Amino acid sequence: MKPKYLPLTATIVIFVLSYALCAAQYPNILSTRVIGNLLTDNAFLGIAAVGMTFVILSGGIDLSIGSVIAFTGVFLAVVLENTGIHPLAAFAMVLLIATLFGALMGAIIHYLEMPAFIVTLAGMFLARGMAFVLSIDSIAIKHPFYGTMKGLYYKLPGGGRITLIGGLMLLVFAIGIVIAHRTRFGTDVYALGGGSATAKLMGVPVGRTTIMIYALSGLLAGLSGIVFSLYTSAGYSLAAVGVELDAITAVVIGGTLLTGGSGFVAGTFIGILIQGLIQTYITFDGSLSSWWTKILIGLLLFVFILMQKGIVYVSRSERRHA
Amino acid sequence: MTATLKGYALRLLPQIIALAAILLMVSFVFPGFFRLEIQNGRLYGSLIDILNRGAPVVLLAIGMTVVIATKGIDLSVGAVMAICGAVAASSITSGHSLAMTLVITLGTGILCGLWNGVLVAILDIQPIIATLVLMVAGRGIAQLVTEGAILTFNDQGLIFLGSGSFAWLPLPVIIWLVFGILVALIVRKTALGMLIEAIGINRQASTLSGVLTPVLLIAAYMLSGLCAAIAGIIAAADIKGADANNAGLWLELDAILAVVIGGTSLLGGRFSIAASVLGAIIIQSINTGILLSGFPPEFNLIIKAAIIVFILVLQSPPVRNAFTFLALLRASRKPTERQAR
Repeated sequence: MKPKYLPLTATIVIFVLSYALCAAQYPNILSTRVIGNLLTDNAFLGIAAVGMTFVILSGGIDLSIGSVIAFTGVFLAVVLENTGIHPLAAFAMVLLIATLFGALMGAIIHYLEMPAFIVTLAGMFLARGMAFVLSIDSIAIKHPFYGTMKGLYYKLPGGGRITLIGGLMLLVFAIGIVIAHRTRFGTDVYALGGGSATAKLMGVPVGRTTIMIYALSGLLAGLSGIVFSLYTSAGYSLAAVGVELDAITAVVIGGTLLTGGSGFVAGTFIGILIQGLIQTYITFDGSLSSWWTKILIGLLLFVFILMQKGIVYVSRSERRHA
Repeated sequence: MTATLKGYALRLLPQIIALAAILLMVSFVFPGFFRLEIQNGRLYGSLIDILNRGAPVVLLAIGMTVVIATKGIDLSVGAVMAICGAVAASSITSGHSLAMTLVITLGTGILCGLWNGVLVAILDIQPIIATLVLMVAGRGIAQLVTEGAILTFNDQGLIFLGSGSFAWLPLPVIIWLVFGILVALIVRKTALGMLIEAIGINRQASTLSGVLTPVLLIAAYMLSGLCAAIAGIIAAADIKGADANNAGLWLELDAILAVVIGGTSLLGGRFSIAASVLGAIIIQSINTGILLSGFPPEFNLIIKAAIIVFILVLQSPPVRNAFTFLALLRASRKPTERQAR
């Protein structure tokens, strides 16, 4: 097997094994209801994590995701409460803002040659600050259209439901996979992650690609914010704190190399499911405290980083012997 | 001697000007800002308040400066603060003496730093990711120590560390002053500072030229852990309890911001502890200033973002190249001016 498939395989094996272990203890975890809820509860995180996958594949990082989600939620709540704008129009506006915001960060990263880490940190402060300025209260969204959208679902055999937002996450993952592996942009992202100097020599438009990557991440964070506002029916400026960390964790557990250049969008999906599974197991158990989620996820993160190091080491020594 | 003093002053000038400007602006909107008075053998006033409230970020910034100088970053300091606060609270409530508690807590902080350092130096993992592990898991560990509750304590000795006073100053101020001077002296009066900068500029080259890179890297992260432990003790002593969820929350970002404001390059290789301390005080002055002047605190984050962007633009390679170009241009003009005379 090619070494590049190893992390993804390990992720899938771990997921299947842990799912089997959970199912052995609580057979109900296999029901379609649980699976449907797993998708719905993690929809906003999954959509944001797709954007994060592209950013990390290119060797960057985006810390502004959680704040953009909160800003989107507050923006929608304020707009829908105070004006007669239809939610769909508000969605389009907020997606445009989020995309431009991401593109601006990408432009600063490229043209000022600053580390993505600190630029997106500033973006994180700015987006949350804007959310605070719009409103510091938690505003409920009571628009009837929200009720209609929440009522949409596809019924699975066994009573489970794939809700609109759960289905949207699956769709975003599918599109993400196509973009990553079947388009020029996707190849450019991988090339950029392999090294920006090499990519430039190969003829990759580094500036345009960088800006597009962060714009995509912004767009998906905005979409994730819309999903989050549908999920909670409210906008709150303190919501979604730390989502960027969960997204990074999902990407790493999903087998994407943090140095960029290698990984799969599909792996991130499994990473999201593993995190969701841990949470579901703790809910099923009832006696375990929720802080075990954090410790277990931290541990998984550590194991995967170690494994990646090992794989890089092995593939390097193989190349040396060849 | 005067030459080195002048050098220090020049290095710190931008930060001092920024701080003075902020303090002046606040004093315009809040007239009693500079007033200091002595009550119960302690100075009181807004200025003292800034120094006191800023203690955790100042301490974190000291450790963060050294880590960033090695071209690293430590995201886990906030979580380590929570762990150490929890350890201190649970140790003192289970009947250990104050000295024992301090030893255990500081040891915990150093151990956390050791973990980060080993990941970065021995396993060769990128610092952002290596410290992310503890950042994610740390609060869970802190919850484990406090068993999910906010652990309160009533030990006067420990509380004194957070709210006591000595020589008219609040104790947290004394702690960070002494600790900061100590670290600065150790780093600058020996070759350690230079070696740390060498690692930050080119780790491979400094290893090849005989610098004990792994040891120094691990030491830098251990220092950061120690700083986080002290900050954690102060934060816990201040509220007389350990709050695993909120202690040190997002302070890692404030600490990084303080270092950036202090002019230490995130690309490693150049650092000043005094400037980072000033940076932390600037952040605290903005926080306090916004509160005092009656601005909605919502603007706090936007102002912080604006400051980061401004400093980033100043620090960025293209802008710096432009400045160097201008300076060269001026230097090349000078001889011709002389000839004209």
